[in-house]
Formats: sequence, C-alpha cells, structure tokens
Amino acid sequence: MDIWFFLIQVLNGVQYGLLLFLVASGLTLIFGIMGIINLAHGAFYMLGAYLAWWLAGLTGSLAAAVLLSLPLAAGIGYVIEALLVRVLYKRDHLDQVLLTYGLILIFNEAQRIFWGNDVHGVTMPAAFNWSIKLTEAQSYPSYRLFLSAVCAALAVAMYVVIARTRFGMWVRAGASNRDMVAALGINVKLLFGVVFAVGAALAGLAGALSTPITSVAPGMGDTVLILCFVVVVIGGVGSVKGAFLGAMLIGLADTFGKVFVPDYASFTVYGVMAAVLLWKPRGLFA
Amino acid sequence: MTFTMSRRLAILLLVLLAALALFPLWGKLAFAAKFPFLMQKLTGIMILAILAMSLDLLVGVAGLVSLGHAAFFGLGGYVLAMMSPQYEAANLWLVLPCALGVTALASLVVGFLSIRTSGIYFIMVTLAFGQMGYYFFNDSKAAGGSDGAFIYVKPAVEAFGVTLLDLDQKLTFFYVALGTLVAVYALLRLLLASPFGRVVRAIGVNEYRVQGLGFNPMAYKLVAFTIAGTIAGLGGFLAATQYGFVNPAMLGWHQSGHVLVMVILGGMGTLFGPVLGAFILELAHFAFESVTDHWLLPMGVMVIAIVLLLPKGVAGLLIQWTTLPPPQAGEGGERSETGEGPHPPTAARRVPPSPASGRGEVKEAPP
Repeated sequence: MDIWFFLIQVLNGVQYGLLLFLVASGLTLIFGIMGIINLAHGAFYMLGAYLAWWLAGLTGSLAAAVLLSLPLAAGIGYVIEALLVRVLYKRDHLDQVLLTYGLILIFNEAQRIFWGNDVHGVTMPAAFNWSIKLTEAQSYPSYRLFLSAVCAALAVAMYVVIARTRFGMWVRAGASNRDMVAALGINVKLLFGVVFAVGAALAGLAGALSTPITSVAPGMGDTVLILCFVVVVIGGVGSVKGAFLGAMLIGLADTFGKVFVPDYASFTVYGVMAAVLLWKPRGLFA
Repeated sequence: MTFTMSRRLAILLLVLLAALALFPLWGKLAFAAKFPFLMQKLTGIMILAILAMSLDLLVGVAGLVSLGHAAFFGLGGYVLAMMSPQYEAANLWLVLPCALGVTALASLVVGFLSIRTSGIYFIMVTLAFGQMGYYFFNDSKAAGGSDGAFIYVKPAVEAFGVTLLDLDQKLTFFYVALGTLVAVYALLRLLLASPFGRVVRAIGVNEYRVQGLGFNPMAYKLVAFTIAGTIAGLGGFLAATQYGFVNPAMLGWHQSGHVLVMVILGGMGTLFGPVLGAFILELAHFAFESVTDHWLLPMGVMVIAIVLLLPKGVAGLLIQWTTLPPPQAGEGGERSETGEGPHPPTAARRVPPSPASGRGEVKEAPP
C-alpha cells in the first residue's frame, strides 16, 4: 500500500479520535466525579452541531457560530444539571439512565420541532478552502488538520487544568472520593454543575467543529454517544488519560476498519472493545 | 421466603389480566374501527413484555444490567426466518426448538465472556456483543442485510397431520402470545422461588456474601443469563411469527435500551412490573402518536416524571397502594402522604415485605 495513503488514513483516524475525545472526556468526567451515567451527552454533540449550522446561517460566519454555540451548550448543560440531574445523585445508576434517556427523547424532539427532519450541511469556511498536496492524486484537507490541532490543544489545556490548577485538584479528588471532597468543605454542588456544563460545552464544541466535514442530521448524537461509551469503557471509567487513549484506539480502528474491511467496519470498533475488556475487565486505566 | 405479593395486588393484576384476555370481546364494541389494529398492537406488546420479563431476571433480580439483551430477541427471530422454506410453512416442532437452542447457545457464550465484568463494564460489554450481533445480520447478505428477511408463511403447528393452531389467525395468535406471557411469568416465579432462584436473588443483593457462603456466583449468573437469553429468543421467535419479518434493528441497542426502560419504568425485580412497563410505554407511545406528531416530547416528559416521582417504578406505586392499611385501622390517607408516620402495630404487621425491594429480602437468609 502507498505510504501516503496510509498516512492519510492515520491522520483521519487521529482526527476522528481527537474529536471523540472531546465528547468522551466530558462523559468520563461526569461519570467519574458525579457518578452519573449521562445518556444525554450525545444530545449535546447534536445540539452543538445544530446550533453551529443554525447560527452560521444567521451570522454568516462559522467561527462566530461556533463561539456562540459554546456558551449556549454550557448554559443548557448547567440548567439541566441544576434542574434534573441534581435530584438523582443519591439514586441508583439505573434511575439516572432512565432520566437521561427521557432527556434524549426531549432533545431529539426539540431538534425536530426547531430545525426539522432534514439533513443539513455547513459549507467549508473560505479560509480552509485549500488542501495540502501530498502526491499527484492525493491531498489532505486543511480543515481536518485545523480540527486536529484545535482538539489537541484542548486536550493539552484540559491536562494542564486538571493536573496543575486548584480546580483540577478538586476534579481529581472528586473522581477518587466524592464524599471526602464534600467533607473537606468544597462546594460540591458548584463543582458538579461546572463539570456538567464544561462536559456539555466540550461535546457541543465537538459537534459544532465537525459540521463542515459531516452532515448535520437527526440521530447524530446517538451514534457518537455509543462510540464515546466504548471509548470511556476502554480507557477506564473516570480516567481522562484513558479516554484519550481509548479515543485514539477507536478512531484508528474505525478508520482502518472502513478501509480494510469495509463490510465489517462497525464490527471492528466493538471487536476492539470486547478484546480490551476481556483482557482488562476494568479498562486500560482503572 | 417466597416472592410475596399482597392479596389486593394479586387481585388487581388478575383483573388487568382478565381485561386483557377478554379484549377480543369488549374491544370490538369499544373501538370498532381500530379493533384489528389494536389486536395486533396488544399482541406485539405482550411479546415485548415477555422480553422485558426476561431482562428483569438479569437487571432486577441478579443485578446484571444488560444493554444487549435484544440481540437474543433478534436472533430467535432470525433463526425462524432462516429456517423457513420460502413458500411453505416451517414445522413449528422443528424451528422452535432450533431457535431456542441457538439463542441458548449464543447467550451461554456471550454470558461466559461477559460475566467476568461487572457494573458499567458489564453494561458496555453486553452492548458491544449486542452491536456485534446487529452488525453481523446488518452486513450479512445471506440474512438479507439491512433490509431484513421475510417469513412468507407462518410456522405450522401440526400433530399427525392435524392442524392444532392456525398462527395466521389474529385471534389465535393473540391467545398464543397471552398464554406464553402467563407461562413465562409462572415459570420465572417458580424459578425464583426455587433454591436456584434464591441464590440468584442473593447475588443481586450481595455477591460477595453469596461467595462467602460457598456458592460459585459465576455459575449461577451464567445460568441466569442463559435462561434470560433463551426466553428473549422465544419472544423474538413470536415477534418474527407475528410480523412475518425480521430486520437487524430487532437486535440493536435501541431495542435493548427500549426494553431496559420498560423494566426500570415498570419496577425492577418484580416481574409483573416490567410487563406493566411494556404496556404503559407502548400504549403511551400509541396515544401520544395519535394526538401529536411530536410524540417524543410528552414521552420524554412522562419518563422523566416517573423517574422523579416513582423511585421504584410503577410496580412500586401499586405495591404501596395495595399494602396501605385499610381506612378503619387509622387515618390511612393521611399517613400515606407522610409515609414515615407512626404505624399502629396492627397496621405495621399487615405490611408484607415489598417485592419491589426484592433485593433486600434475601438478607434474612436463614443462618
């Protein structure tokens, strides 16, 4: 096989993995810190994508739309946490599953009411209307590189915040022992609210940034949700490092699966997951 | 200790069952225009209720939350579709045991691999196997791919050349589904009352203690997983017979999640709860859909309201209602609101341990 072709697939896989990481990191933090299985996390991805498409249409600029959709997704996340999720901290995990399932239904219907059932697309911003020529026939679109760079920068920023700041210390402490953090006098309610909102914003950002390369369609949140659960579980629930590794693994497995075994591409992702869990039943980092 | 149920609750459930069983009589008068459709709908719901009950054995009783249970449902249906000759009826005495055997084997293998994990990891491993099953049928050309496969002629139920049941008759099939539903319920109740069932229930409460008592929880979990998978396969077989059609969506995680919602909504670990959950969810879907195009919205609100207001599901509410002390024993209505009020000793003794907390009961295992 051509080395350039291989390189393009690796880049695609990494880019897909980084995008998944943005969504999955929020999911793993919400589970690790708050103990909430948030099925509605994929809905924020969808929300981000629809907001970006809708605002891009209104403002005429995708950049403005992405920047506007970020606080919107965070705000909606914060409100949902304060109104609904907060009631369930002491409840069984399955009650949370059921509640967030109900939220998915509401989100999906709200999307249908506001934006209809059609599949939409966002045109590539003019600034990225070029690609890097690799050989005579093959080139790599600049937007995908930009997307990878943004996601990687966010991953680094997340690492710095979690490892180096006081807020990150709370987050880490919350992930390892929630009750102790509360006992130490840290405002857990606020911490949970912020984590949920940040998770929602990250998922929304991933959705918004992906609009030029994927279509904005109903049900897009569900696919991403399941893949992100796979990522989180492979990495070990609650571990951001694990989520990163898991996202890379799944991004590459999915991309290469589509190239080498197109008929069984979706199979590869779940195959990787089953293999990892049979080897390490609690994920790679747990 | 058995799966106790207050007499009032039993009567209430029997009344509901009788209303369902007599639906072909009164439904025709009440909903003349929609009657055939409703018959089909109710038959379908009963089949889903069978699936929900089998999942309750895992989720509510053994504490194994599976998000891939529909895979066995779909598999049971696909076995029928693959074994049916194109223009003739398949022999039920051949295809049904095959469908059950294949799903039992599949659930044995999947269970063997999955029960090593627990908690959210178990949820995800079962999801992964379920999705593998989904993509297996979705991508395989022999099974019709994403379009699914048709069963043109329903299986024949014959003995010595005499047709015993004509599954093509809507009324016959309605009662076949109802009979299976009741039979599966009775079977699971018997199973849970047996020594085997007690151990499985105890695992749902505290697996380590069961291990400490000298049982091997893995073996019990595996058998429970296989039984649940086989019953799900039976449900899938019935569903495929009813619709004459199978498609990969029967195996997908949407279907698994849908059934899990029925179980939680209805009330885990009660067996009858998931049946009620199936009826409530499907009938609400049907009712909302006939009123508004945006039926998902009220549906989501209903699900959220039930989670917030009824922590033990609909079954928990029924148990609470039916075990209230009779009004003359005290200010029953008032106390029910405060819940924690001081019970007079007579009323307190009247309250049997609630089956909804089935997980709690087994703690009183004999020393």
